[in-house]
Amino acid sequence: MNRHQEPQFIAWLPFYTLLQKEIRRFLRVASQTLVTPVITASLYLFIFGATLGERISVIEGFSYAQFVIPGLILMGVINNSFSNVASSLFMSRYLGNIVDLLVTPVSPTQFIMAYTLAAMLRGLAVGLVVWLISCLFATLPWAHPFAAIAMACLASFLFAQFGIIAAIHADNFDSLSMYTNFIILPLIYLGGVFYPISILPPLWAKLSHLNPLFYLIDGFRYALLGVGDLPFPISFGVALVMALVLFCWAASLISRSYRLRN
Amino acid sequence: MTSPALAIQNLSKEYDGTLAVNNLSFTIEPGEIFGLLGPNGAGKSTTINMIAGVTRVGSGSIEIFGFDNQSDSRITRRLVGVMHQEIVIDNFFTIDQALRLHAGYYGVRDDAAWRQRLIDRLGLKPHLHKVMIKLSGGMKRRFMIAKALIHKPRLLILDEPTAGVDVELRHTLWDFVREINQQGTTILLTTHYLEEAEQMCDRIAIMNHGDLIALETTSTLLKELGTRSMLVHLQTPIKELPDHLCCQAVELDDTGTTLRLTLSASQSTGELLKHLCDINLPIADIETRKASLEEIFLQMTQAGRVKP
Repeated sequence: MNRHQEPQFIAWLPFYTLLQKEIRRFLRVASQTLVTPVITASLYLFIFGATLGERISVIEGFSYAQFVIPGLILMGVINNSFSNVASSLFMSRYLGNIVDLLVTPVSPTQFIMAYTLAAMLRGLAVGLVVWLISCLFATLPWAHPFAAIAMACLASFLFAQFGIIAAIHADNFDSLSMYTNFIILPLIYLGGVFYPISILPPLWAKLSHLNPLFYLIDGFRYALLGVGDLPFPISFGVALVMALVLFCWAASLISRSYRLRN
Repeated sequence: MTSPALAIQNLSKEYDGTLAVNNLSFTIEPGEIFGLLGPNGAGKSTTINMIAGVTRVGSGSIEIFGFDNQSDSRITRRLVGVMHQEIVIDNFFTIDQALRLHAGYYGVRDDAAWRQRLIDRLGLKPHLHKVMIKLSGGMKRRFMIAKALIHKPRLLILDEPTAGVDVELRHTLWDFVREINQQGTTILLTTHYLEEAEQMCDRIAIMNHGDLIALETTSTLLKELGTRSMLVHLQTPIKELPDHLCCQAVELDDTGTTLRLTLSASQSTGELLKHLCDINLPIADIETRKASLEEIFLQMTQAGRVKP
């Protein structure tokens, strides 16, 4: 080695490399990370689009399949954005190879952005495929396409932050799966994926407003169908505030290397 | 004036009320091979982890080529390559992929010629496209050295690189370490194989219970702290030990035909030989040997806390 030829430092390269690594990681196990969630969503579409959907109507002017598809797309986006970063970061902590990053000049900002962007890409890729499959069952009007894209991006960003937080706080695989089983799934199912909040009794409808997922799902549905329980600016505004809060939380953990460095 | 490769000042680290590293200070000059030795739990890995940035500094300071490793951490991390004691790998990738990724984490473009050289010198070529999980323990260690060097660090830290590896790999590793040292890379290594430290290191620091108990050039350590022993084989047995022998200790074996004399570093072998002749001992043969670093190490670490 000619030690005197100092290699040139390229500031953006650590971010790009970490992003590349995270994308390659989920592509390498695409059968688990991309195909499985699409199959799950397709089953929901089959049940609610081709079978039960024909007999149910919850919003005037739309079939049940049209009503449920935005929620199913967003469910794929949310679950996969969360899982991508949560499993990757937790495994790195668990197996100890996180030190490979801790000894490098990857900055906290680069760290968060790389994990977040990779998680968003996986979440949005699953969402896109679910939408394409849903075209077999119903056509959506795409009332506000840019708003729909913005809402999907915001949802994936928000759950990527939550994934970082969960991966850092989890002590083992069981506690990590508790975030999915006891927080995300109940919030999704009670957040209006399968029914409009307006059909609930007043108390339950009010309680649903405390569910952060309700704003994401309702906003996304409004963007796709043109109808929702809340005005879009409210849904988007609440989701944006939640995303910023979780981002600040995750950024604080990463910048302090909380539970990463001794 | 050239900054030291590593300057540690009053470094301390406490875990749950126990001092893992206690007020440690030393410097390593550019181009040195520096050995940090000590028994398990002495604080070596904690020190290395603080230098590398894996563990937070408790108190004190660490400067790497003049840059503070806390306030200028993004610079110092580029200057340091670390091979950790534990095998740290990402099972998703092959050796080739992981080396390319690791250069990128350091903000360095992949240098194909340098990567190829590491692969060739460390014998990684036949396994280049295997995922990590399929590699043997020795091959993982070779990969970890390549990984630590992929960004051409100025300071290479090797934390027990030969722990649990076979003799052939050990020789390969040390040959390679000498080679990159000759080309300008400063080396900080810890090892439990003291013979290796004796052969490799220009200077040696010994830690025990978090304290620095010795810091000398290897030759000084061996010369000043090492004892020598002399075996005197006699033609006819003797029953009693001779009087007034100027040495640290004298033992006579059960047959009465071999005397074991222990000399301190400052004692003269010539004078002792002359004295043995003067008292007319029936000497048949004489063997002398110097204490190894291992014996010095045991003597120092078992003696408790002795300040340098």
